[in-house]
Amino acid sequence: MAMTVAEKILARASGRSRVRAGEFVVAEVDLAMTHDIFAATVFDTLLDLGVEKLFEPARVAVVIDHFVPAPTAAIADLHHRVREHVERLGVGIFYDAGEGISHQLLPERGHIRPGMLVIGTDSHTTTYGALGAAGTGVGTSDMVYALATGKLWFRVPETIRFEFEGEVTAPTSWKDVVLAIAGLIGSDGAQYRSLEFGGPGAASAPISGRLTVANMAVELGAKFGIFPADQATAAYLGEADVDGPRPDPGAAYAATHHLDLATLSPLVALPHDVDRVVAASEVGDVPIDQAFLGSCTNGRLDDLEAAAAVVAGKTVAPGVRFLVAPASRTVMEQALASGAITTLVEAGATILAPGCGPCFGGHGGLLGPGEKGISSSNRNFPGRMGSSEAEIYLASPATVAASAVAGKVIDPREVTDG
Amino acid sequence: MDEVMRGRVWVFGDDISTDLLSPGAYAVDPVEVRKLHVLESVDPAFASSVRPGDLLVAGANFGCGSSRETAPENLKALGIACVVAGSFARIFLRNAIAIGLPILICPDAPLIVDTGDEAEVDLTSGMFRNVATGETARGEPLPPEMRQILAAGGILATLRS
Repeated sequence: MAMTVAEKILARASGRSRVRAGEFVVAEVDLAMTHDIFAATVFDTLLDLGVEKLFEPARVAVVIDHFVPAPTAAIADLHHRVREHVERLGVGIFYDAGEGISHQLLPERGHIRPGMLVIGTDSHTTTYGALGAAGTGVGTSDMVYALATGKLWFRVPETIRFEFEGEVTAPTSWKDVVLAIAGLIGSDGAQYRSLEFGGPGAASAPISGRLTVANMAVELGAKFGIFPADQATAAYLGEADVDGPRPDPGAAYAATHHLDLATLSPLVALPHDVDRVVAASEVGDVPIDQAFLGSCTNGRLDDLEAAAAVVAGKTVAPGVRFLVAPASRTVMEQALASGAITTLVEAGATILAPGCGPCFGGHGGLLGPGEKGISSSNRNFPGRMGSSEAEIYLASPATVAASAVAGKVIDPREVTDG
Repeated sequence: MDEVMRGRVWVFGDDISTDLLSPGAYAVDPVEVRKLHVLESVDPAFASSVRPGDLLVAGANFGCGSSRETAPENLKALGIACVVAGSFARIFLRNAIAIGLPILICPDAPLIVDTGDEAEVDLTSGMFRNVATGETARGEPLPPEMRQILAAGGILATLRS
C-alpha cells in the first residue's frame, strides 16, 4: 500500500509495515525535547510519579531558550532547577542559556535526521520537518509519559501535499511562501493533518527556507510539515548522500495544491491572524513602533543577511525600535563574520541574546497598549508580543527591515529600489 | 468523569488562542495566578464570574497556537466541565485529553446557545442541547482511544496504573 512520508515515519516508529491515515498507533519516540518554560514541570512531575530514570537519556534534549538571559530572579532560579534536573537525570543533549533557540540548535548541531519521530513541548517542533523528520508539539503530560516510557500515542494524519514550481526571488522569501499558503488554506486549513512539500520548487529551497516553512506548518493547524530529504538535506548534514523516507507514488492525499513560487511577492499577515494575508505594498499607511527580526521562524544567517542587504547604508526611522535576535550563538558568530551584524547595528538595530523572548510575549522587547509592531516571527494573536491592545504584523526579514527604515509597514522593494 | 453534563454556558468566537487562554506573561506562574487571566482580553469578567460546572462553547480552531498545557489546565482549574467547540487545534485537543478535560467537537453548538443559557452535553452520543429551548446540535464523539484516556482521568493516570 502506498504511503505518505508521515505514514511511513509513524509505521516505522510503531513497528508496523504499514499504517493508514485515521489509525491510532503507539510509536517509539526518537527524540524528545523540552525547554525552560516546561522542563522543570516535566521533571518535577516525573519525580512525583516515582520515575527516576529517563527512557533513554541520549534521546532527550533540554534547551534553555525562552527566558534568555533570565529577566527575573524567579526565572534565574527556575533555570537553576532545570540544570539540577538535567544533571541528575543525565540528559544527553543540553544547551544552556545563550546557545540559542531549540528549533535552530537541534538541526544546526546535527541532532535531527530524516525519518525521525521527534516530539517537543513546543508547537514549533514541526520545524524539524525541514530535514525530513516528523516533528510535533505536545504538552507536558504527554512529554512526561514519553520520557517515562519512550512511547506515545498518535493518530496517523491525513496529508495535504504542496507541489512547488518556479523559484523564489529576493526580496521575496520563503516566509512569503508560507504566508501565501496561510492565505490560501487558512489558519486551520491543515488541522490534524500533515503537510508534505515537494516539486521542483521545493528542491530549490535552501534548508533555511525549509526550516521557515516547516516551522509555520503549525500555524496552519498541521501536525507535521515535511520536506522529504534530498541532496540539499545531505549537504546540510555534511554527508555525500542521505537516506530518508520519501512518499510512494500513488500515496493518498487529502488534497494537493500547486503553487508557482515565481508569482509571489512580499506579503504581510495583518493583525490578529496569520491567515489575514495581503501584499506588503497594499497594507496602507501603518506607522510602527517596533520591528523584530528573529525567532525560530526567521532568525537564521540568511534572514539576518537579507535584512542587512535592505538596511545597508540606511538608518532606522526615528522612534522605531529595531530589535534583532540571532537564532543561535553560531548564527551570531556567522553574522559577525559576514558583516551582517555590523550593517544592522550601524543602521540602528539593537542586538538581543539568541532566544525566544519577544516572540512569545515573555520579555525583552514587548509591545505596549496601542503600539504596532512588525515581526519576522510566527504569531500575531492578541497579546502574543505583550499588550493585548497591541497590533502585530507578520512578514519576512526583508520586509521587517524595510519597515524599520521606513517607519511604517512597507514592501522591501520600495526601499531597495529607491 | 460524567458522560452527560449540564451547566451554564459561556459562548466565545473562532480562533480562541492559547495566548488568550494562558497569556505568555504568566507562563511560569502557578495555576492559581494563571487562571485569573484566562480570556481577560476578550471578557475581563470571565475568570471572576465563571463557576464550577460551567460549559465553554466556542467556534472553530479553539486553542490554536502554542503547546502550553496551561491552556486547558487553566480552564479545568476554573471548573469548566467541558469545552464544546466547532473544532480544536490539535495540540489543545491532545492536551485536554492528556489532563482529563472533556471536550466535544460540535460546529453547530454556538448557533443554539447564548452566554448564560443552560445546556446539556452528552460525550457518548455527541449531542449538545439547549435545556430551555430543547434545540439540539449533533457533535462528533471522540474516538474510543481518546475517550479511554479521558475516562481514566488523563494520560498520567494511565501511567500510574
